[in-house]
Amino acid sequence: MAAVRVEAVLAAAEEQEAEKRRSITVEKELELEYDLGNLLAVDRNPPPAAALRGAGPRREALLQALARDNTQLLVSRLWELPAERAGGAGGPLVAQLPEPTFRLPREKPPPKPRPPTRWEQFARLKGIRRKKKTSLVWDEQAKEWRRRWGYRRAGGDPSRAWLAEVPAGADPEEDQFARLRREKRERVARNELNRLRNLARAHRAGSAVPAAPLHPTGHQDRDELRRVARVARVSTASLGRFQPRLPKESAEPPSRSGGKKRRFEPLLGNLAAERSRQLELLRDMGRKKPVLDITRAVNKQLRQEEAEAAAANKGKKQSKRGKRGRRQQRPGRSGKKSGARRQPQQQKAAGGGVGG
Amino acid sequence: LTYCYRKPKTKRAKRFLEKREPKLNENTKNAMLIKGGNANLTVTEVLKDIYAVKKPFAVLYKRKNVTRPFEDQTSLEFFSKKSDCSLFLFGSHNKKRPNNLIIGRMFDYHVLDMIELGIEKFVSLKDIKNSKCPEGTKPMLIFAGDVFDVNEEYRRLKSLLIDFFRGPTVPSIRLAGLEYVLHFTAVDGKIYMRSYKVLLKKSGCKIPRIELEEMGPSLDLVMRRTHLASDDLYKLSLKQPKGLKPKKKKNISHDVFGTTYGRVHMQKQDLSKLQTRKMKGLKKRPAEKRAEDGGATPKKSKSA
Repeated sequence: MAAVRVEAVLAAAEEQEAEKRRSITVEKELELEYDLGNLLAVDRNPPPAAALRGAGPRREALLQALARDNTQLLVSRLWELPAERAGGAGGPLVAQLPEPTFRLPREKPPPKPRPPTRWEQFARLKGIRRKKKTSLVWDEQAKEWRRRWGYRRAGGDPSRAWLAEVPAGADPEEDQFARLRREKRERVARNELNRLRNLARAHRAGSAVPAAPLHPTGHQDRDELRRVARVARVSTASLGRFQPRLPKESAEPPSRSGGKKRRFEPLLGNLAAERSRQLELLRDMGRKKPVLDITRAVNKQLRQEEAEAAAANKGKKQSKRGKRGRRQQRPGRSGKKSGARRQPQQQKAAGGGVGG
Repeated sequence: LTYCYRKPKTKRAKRFLEKREPKLNENTKNAMLIKGGNANLTVTEVLKDIYAVKKPFAVLYKRKNVTRPFEDQTSLEFFSKKSDCSLFLFGSHNKKRPNNLIIGRMFDYHVLDMIELGIEKFVSLKDIKNSKCPEGTKPMLIFAGDVFDVNEEYRRLKSLLIDFFRGPTVPSIRLAGLEYVLHFTAVDGKIYMRSYKVLLKKSGCKIPRIELEEMGPSLDLVMRRTHLASDDLYKLSLKQPKGLKPKKKKNISHDVFGTTYGRVHMQKQDLSKLQTRKMKGLKKRPAEKRAEDGGATPKKSKSA
């Protein structure tokens, strides 16, 4: 009898094992959403709220069962990814994860490309490109390959130079060694100044913060001075209307809106101008031909678009023609204002179309 | 290099600054775990456990810091700037808000989102006597509950939790090393966070059967106050630079079965002069060759 019981127990255990092995499938009402790049799965099914309300081990068991189901689904998806054996045949099985799809905010704002330095702008304008230089240079004196610059460079140690030629037009009493040292110091200082200026320009462009008014040591550039002068003029009680002007400044006070709003003529001003304006208006109204020449306007628009496209491509392609070539390309065209001012041309059809 | 008033004098300092500046592909986010002025034992234990989970991408501050994040965010921002951490977890306790945890993230060293959670029940790592998984394992994250999509605050909380526990972004992962799973269930106004160790058992087919073993910290949380970023600030922080988009290679296409097709452009080939396989049987016999040439090249007679 004991043997029968033992057999029955063993059979039951084996059946259980077999069933467990078979069950890697999970039934869910709504499919989960997966983001395999982040090893993330989102289950939209509402969990059984009533069952989870009572605290205790039952709740834990339920949560664990739910977690087991969801994890099974996620792992099934992960094991379906393309996998290979890393490090040869005996290595671990490694799956290639796709890019994460869940959008998460960045830590810091994306870096802004720094504005080009003065040299870079000049080089782009002239079409100068970087020459690839070798890192080693043949030194004739030492008869070996030396670095271009740095420790043991090709030109010999400059501090040990025992000969300094006096140039043709120089003062014979001048100390040439001192002059060379001074010039090197000046060069280094100028380079450092330009580097800092470029950095400051990049920093200002990046932060778009108005630069501090007036550098303390007194060296400031033209735009800063102009800006500061304008601010100083406008900071009076009458907003700068009665301030005396500097000799070379423009006579008209700068408009507060920067020229964006409409300006109206005074009501009782120039009578002759008013008369001519009214007569011109009447003339235009009585005209039979159209004021706008369609073909000319379209051509003008096309030319403008081409110019814009060329300006956009200027950064990518270096124009080999150079300034002179480009100047000759565009014929000297005076900028025409609106078509209303011109004499109308012989376009009967267009006139008929507009009148009809 | 950022425009700093003191330029770095050593390579090490330069590397340090370069690590912290904004980049196209960002570093893994670090988290700072801070104790408030009156943090009690529960809260301290929670912070220690989360630190163990998030190592090495976390900093645990040992001393208590008397601040109130919801009123004044400057000290948090100062800490973030000093330690270059963009995620934080601030624990405190008082009579009005017992066992309080504030989870939040930063954008450009300013607070972006902050959500206050109350701990109702906490079981720590050392209370559960099971085997643990190694430090630094990338966890699998599962969110259950429709509330995580319906409610705006819960959606932000989900995003915050993913950001917090995600770990480094890796291109490939060892399949046997998927050991850790964090499961968040939102039900009835409560959020249950459970951590399990994953055991892969044999199943009939290639995909293993999963058995879970409760392992790590388990928390029962309740949402209290929130301080969410405005929509446009959030959108600004989500913005990815254009350089990150993968460059499309022209001439290459894929079909449904995964085969890659490409176009190869060749110059014009003279098909009569193509070098094909030499088949001896098809070689022209001398008689045929002569017939083709039309007898133009007769056999040369040997000179005597």
